[in-house]
Amino acid sequence: MPKLSDNSAGDERLLMGNEAIARGALEAGLQVAAGYPGTPSSEIVDSLSKAAGDVPLYVEWSANEKVSMEVAAAASFAGLRSLCAMKQNGINVASDFLLHLAGSGIRGGMVIVSCDDPGALSSVNEGESRHFARLVEIPLLEPGEFQEAKDMTRWAFELSEQLGTPVMLRSVTRMSHASGIVRFDSLPGKPRRAVFRCEGFMLDTDEGPMVSAPVGYRHEMQQERIRRARELFEASPFNTYEGPERPELLAVTCSAAALYCREAVSMLGAAGRVGILKIGTTWPLPVGLVKMRLAAAEKVIFVEEILPFLEENVKVIAAESAREIGVKTFYGKNEGTLPMNGELNPDRVAAAMAGILGIPFGDPAADYRRQAEAAAEAMAPQRGQTFCPGCPHRASFWLLQEALHLDNRKGFVCGDIGCYSLALLPCGFNSLKTLHAMGSGMGIASGFGKLGAFGMDQPVVTVCGDSTFYHAVLPALINAIHHRADVLMAILDNSGTAMTGFQPHPGSAVNALGEPAPHVDIETLCRSLGVSVEVRDPFDLAETRRAVNRLLEQGGVRVLVLRQSCALSPAKRAKRAFRVHVDDAACLGESCGCGRFCTRVFRCPGLLWDKAAGKARIDEVICAGCGICSFICPQGAIVKEVP
Amino acid sequence: MAREGFSKDPFNIVITGVGGQGNVMASRVLANMLAAAGYRITIGETFGASQRGGSVMSHIRVSRTSVWSPQIPSGGADIVVSLEPIEALRVLPAYGNRQVRVFTNTRPIYPVGVIAGEQDYPESAALEQAIAGLCSGLWLVDATDRAVALGNPILANIVMIGALCTIGELPVGRDAFRNVVARTLPAEKLDVNLQAYDEGGRILRRCS
Repeated sequence: MPKLSDNSAGDERLLMGNEAIARGALEAGLQVAAGYPGTPSSEIVDSLSKAAGDVPLYVEWSANEKVSMEVAAAASFAGLRSLCAMKQNGINVASDFLLHLAGSGIRGGMVIVSCDDPGALSSVNEGESRHFARLVEIPLLEPGEFQEAKDMTRWAFELSEQLGTPVMLRSVTRMSHASGIVRFDSLPGKPRRAVFRCEGFMLDTDEGPMVSAPVGYRHEMQQERIRRARELFEASPFNTYEGPERPELLAVTCSAAALYCREAVSMLGAAGRVGILKIGTTWPLPVGLVKMRLAAAEKVIFVEEILPFLEENVKVIAAESAREIGVKTFYGKNEGTLPMNGELNPDRVAAAMAGILGIPFGDPAADYRRQAEAAAEAMAPQRGQTFCPGCPHRASFWLLQEALHLDNRKGFVCGDIGCYSLALLPCGFNSLKTLHAMGSGMGIASGFGKLGAFGMDQPVVTVCGDSTFYHAVLPALINAIHHRADVLMAILDNSGTAMTGFQPHPGSAVNALGEPAPHVDIETLCRSLGVSVEVRDPFDLAETRRAVNRLLEQGGVRVLVLRQSCALSPAKRAKRAFRVHVDDAACLGESCGCGRFCTRVFRCPGLLWDKAAGKARIDEVICAGCGICSFICPQGAIVKEVP
Repeated sequence: MAREGFSKDPFNIVITGVGGQGNVMASRVLANMLAAAGYRITIGETFGASQRGGSVMSHIRVSRTSVWSPQIPSGGADIVVSLEPIEALRVLPAYGNRQVRVFTNTRPIYPVGVIAGEQDYPESAALEQAIAGLCSGLWLVDATDRAVALGNPILANIVMIGALCTIGELPVGRDAFRNVVARTLPAEKLDVNLQAYDEGGRILRRCS
């Protein structure tokens, strides 16, 4: 099986953007990688952890993004090349450290990879991370295709080391999760020895302490690094121009949007009229290059994803050099030619360019489109998101919702980030009523839990996953305990970071390298904080129901660990605890009076309603064999048997 | 069986289905077969939260010369391979055209709204007729049934690849498949994957 760590220069492989980034880092001599899982970034550290057996490399899944950046920084301080990778909102988590790291500078090359998610395909936000690079004054790079994702990452380490600053590399979902052909270069030879030189004078950047103070001195140094980066970027091969020397329209673009620009120009047959300036070094911008291209065009369109970052920064250059380059007409997000949110695609870009150029761009197949839309509307019902068959969260939310309903004080659940965020939807019985950042469920619940003094008598429940617990729930839990908030916290422990592909966390008995690791036990930890803890199996409905009902009655902070592995976990996958079937004689169908309780309310994808027979059925291909539905049927018509 | 090259450049293939059906794996296998034949490939994939019971889709762009956008332009699909029948219809408004060829698995996976009784799943004959009226060729494959017979429903994705490669639209075939599977999967998985591939070619039936 081919590996990312093969030292096979010249080989071409089909790589996902994230794998290309990982390969680029390996070619640069990466020795330490850390991250916290989050779509669309997870495959970077995942693929590095697979390579770690073959090359001298330490890889870890850290407790959260800030810690991962600190772990990577330590390696850099000791002279090694290091990387940390996270999704866009991870940069927010790490940003306090990032600000100080930019001030102290680094030693070994250090690359921070942020994967943004335009269109929020796998996120509950559409956060833009590029402003952080400008905010903390570090260089920002954005690859525009797959080969470049590898080559640019490799170069990012050189740049970082040359300037003494961390470098941010920003990807997007359509780069990270798309794939293309990548030609390998060679892997380096000998690893560096880690030594932290710290005995020198306070201001000695090579041998002194790593610190962002004295601020006046360090901040000026940081800004000097950015000035040098700007000079270097003028000649960077990652900034490219294609098109006529004096185009009718100049498209300024970066990242995956550069591919949409090329496709749009091809769709419009406008190669002779449109120039594409693809910028790879998006902060600080190469002023000379940008001015030269602006000077050659009257009309300029900015094509980029999420916020108008490139657009606003180029406009500053245009304003400052207006006397030299003349007045331009700008198109982009600010004046509405392209949308300010959601992702772009070739059609959106082509329509925008066509409008500016006066090229007719209607839908030549409008009849077909209408016919297809009508057919799809009539016959392709939308797929609502749902928990997987056999998911323990379905059972957990069933019990929580049942208890809150019977309690009848309008209690609610504060949600958190993970698969269980889906409990906002009918699959989780619409249980969640707040959903924000990692760890915010407990923090918000801690606040609600103090409002009894102002008359609030609704029970407050919060949920978090096992990985989320270590990431950011702990400080909020400690806060709730110290302030005697009234909160029931249910920790939905499904034994891994399930949503992103079962990465280990501090509660796992193995680490990212597959080695045995001391696991930090959730209940021992909680008990040590002086709070009562109960551990239950959500698949043991009767026992867990009693516990939930009892705990809901109590005051103060209560912790209930609901422990059952994810149905897709490697240990459980394709193994069925039970064979489940419907006893036709017992199922009363429409005449039961339950109103198809199993399919209408419990709505597991493994259940079916056989309209012809008027009975419930089990879909043998889909059912995971958890057997929970056998408890739900008021007639006991759903039967589970040990196979 | 395999043809010389593609009828156009870039040639665009959509693979669609429901999260958990092995959509990404199918797109990787097919793309690797084409990459080994010297084509420049771009795959765009939508997965993540959509894994949980949602519709998923891969766009494969195949070119002799260059990298293309990871999203196929509107109406630009040449072939649609669907691991679930209504998913074939779902992609046609955005990516279909009168010339597109459609291959679909016949086994439904019911949306949760259908299970709950809030939506209706179409009768197969009506669905097939609707798809047939929106493409230049529709092939039906009882892929999940064959995969279950082979011991694992997940193999339906490979049955579909076998079916697709049989009609001679692609310049790759069984040898290319065998090479990719031998290179990327554990050795003990080779035989069952080859069986699944061969079943696809055997059981595919043209509907229009």
